[in-house]
Amino acid sequence: MTGEDDRHRPMIAVTDLVKNYGPVPAVRGVSLGVARGEVVVLIGPSGCGKSTLLRCVHLLEEPTSGTIRVGAQQITFGGGGKALVGRKLAAYRSRIGMVFQHFELFPHMTALQNVMEGPVTVKRMNRRAAADLARGLLAKVGLAGKEPSYPAQLSGGQAQRVAIARALAMSPEVMLFDEVTSALDPELVGEVLAVMRQLGEDGTTMIVVTHEITFARDIADHVLFMDGGAIAEHGPADEVLVRPANPRTRAFLSRFHHAGALRSAG
Amino acid sequence: MHYHWDLAMVLADTDRWWHGIVITLLYSVATVVGGIVIGVFCGLALLGRKRWITLPLEGYVEIFRCTPLLIQIVWFYYALPILLNFSLPAWLAAGLGLTLYMGAFCTEIFRAGVMSIGRGQWQAGRALGMTYTRLMRRIVLPQAVRRMVPPLVNQSITQLKNTALLYVVAVPDLMYTSSIITAETYRPLEVYTTAAAIYFIMLYPLTLFAKRLETRVDR
Repeated sequence: MTGEDDRHRPMIAVTDLVKNYGPVPAVRGVSLGVARGEVVVLIGPSGCGKSTLLRCVHLLEEPTSGTIRVGAQQITFGGGGKALVGRKLAAYRSRIGMVFQHFELFPHMTALQNVMEGPVTVKRMNRRAAADLARGLLAKVGLAGKEPSYPAQLSGGQAQRVAIARALAMSPEVMLFDEVTSALDPELVGEVLAVMRQLGEDGTTMIVVTHEITFARDIADHVLFMDGGAIAEHGPADEVLVRPANPRTRAFLSRFHHAGALRSAG
Repeated sequence: MHYHWDLAMVLADTDRWWHGIVITLLYSVATVVGGIVIGVFCGLALLGRKRWITLPLEGYVEIFRCTPLLIQIVWFYYALPILLNFSLPAWLAAGLGLTLYMGAFCTEIFRAGVMSIGRGQWQAGRALGMTYTRLMRRIVLPQAVRRMVPPLVNQSITQLKNTALLYVVAVPDLMYTSSIITAETYRPLEVYTTAAAIYFIMLYPLTLFAKRLETRVDR
């Protein structure tokens, strides 16, 4: 539940985040806050910097400058050298769950072992407890009975749900989803979105990069439209997605309206 | 032309043949093991970004990959002593050449095996909060080693055949032994056919094994 204090002090706060690749700017001074239990959806044309922003929050990419605060830990970038390295960097990442476009399950491990890997290797949880936890999470994403399957034996939708369970196993403070349905066959998208919708309803704090506009409208508390490395428009889902003020947001969304994606929802 | 085969005469000295086979196998196993050890360390070091480490190692790999093994063995035996002012015994000079040669190829196999694991796997491991060592041990190496095994077996097969070059520095392996027996019996047809058959019998099962490994990795 969102307490009064949490609302004033978001659990994730990104301030003036900049990421350049050499001379090329990918993210130009983005600020955003995500409250506990809130679902924030990032949309925007490809190359707009939304995935880069997400990867910066996870420190899979080192931001060029700006600050990121997760919980009580604040990190400032751009002071020369890397802000976090080694064990401290690993510890930071272990608090944030990440789900990738291409699943990236560990192919030499079963579904169960994939989900157990984080708790056992990183958190030093004992194997039996980790196995129980993993079984519970696989059941939660609708994959009870798939524990002994290897990733190669799973469909894309099943693999992506294992990947979600694997991230959840670390009990992260926030979950990041990076276009997690883009690599899936259309008929498999629904099962993954259903799991994410359930997580949102359970009060998981989430930042979601997606092209599924209808889904965004269903799940998002807050929508950010990014364009050219900056946030062009933000607000409640119904405002940004249904009555966008910014002409660029309108132009971007019109493609989806034409495709009929919002006909039922709008 | 009616050639009268006399295998019995050639095979009479069984002990000598066995001795040759044992030397060939010993050199093969020792230099393959030595080469793999070199490969693991040099391969790991090559994955880093420190130029003062990677540059000399790349030099080592390329020099040994791009010169004939025969020259390396001869060089260690005849040329190196002039630089060092003392000579290496033949068995050591030849062993050194064979080991460093195998090491160069193993380094490349090891490096390529680790590099073949995609960036996504590294990121997935990092995303769980793994440190570099854990990531290597739990995610990257278990996958990379599977891919390294087929090329390692192939290189080992080549290495066993390469031990025949011990001949040039008179280490009594299977090849050198054959030449001695030929000199004594004047029966090159029988002797070298026998030697070839022995090499074949040792290596053919290994090639079948390599083939099976390759199909298993494809799965």
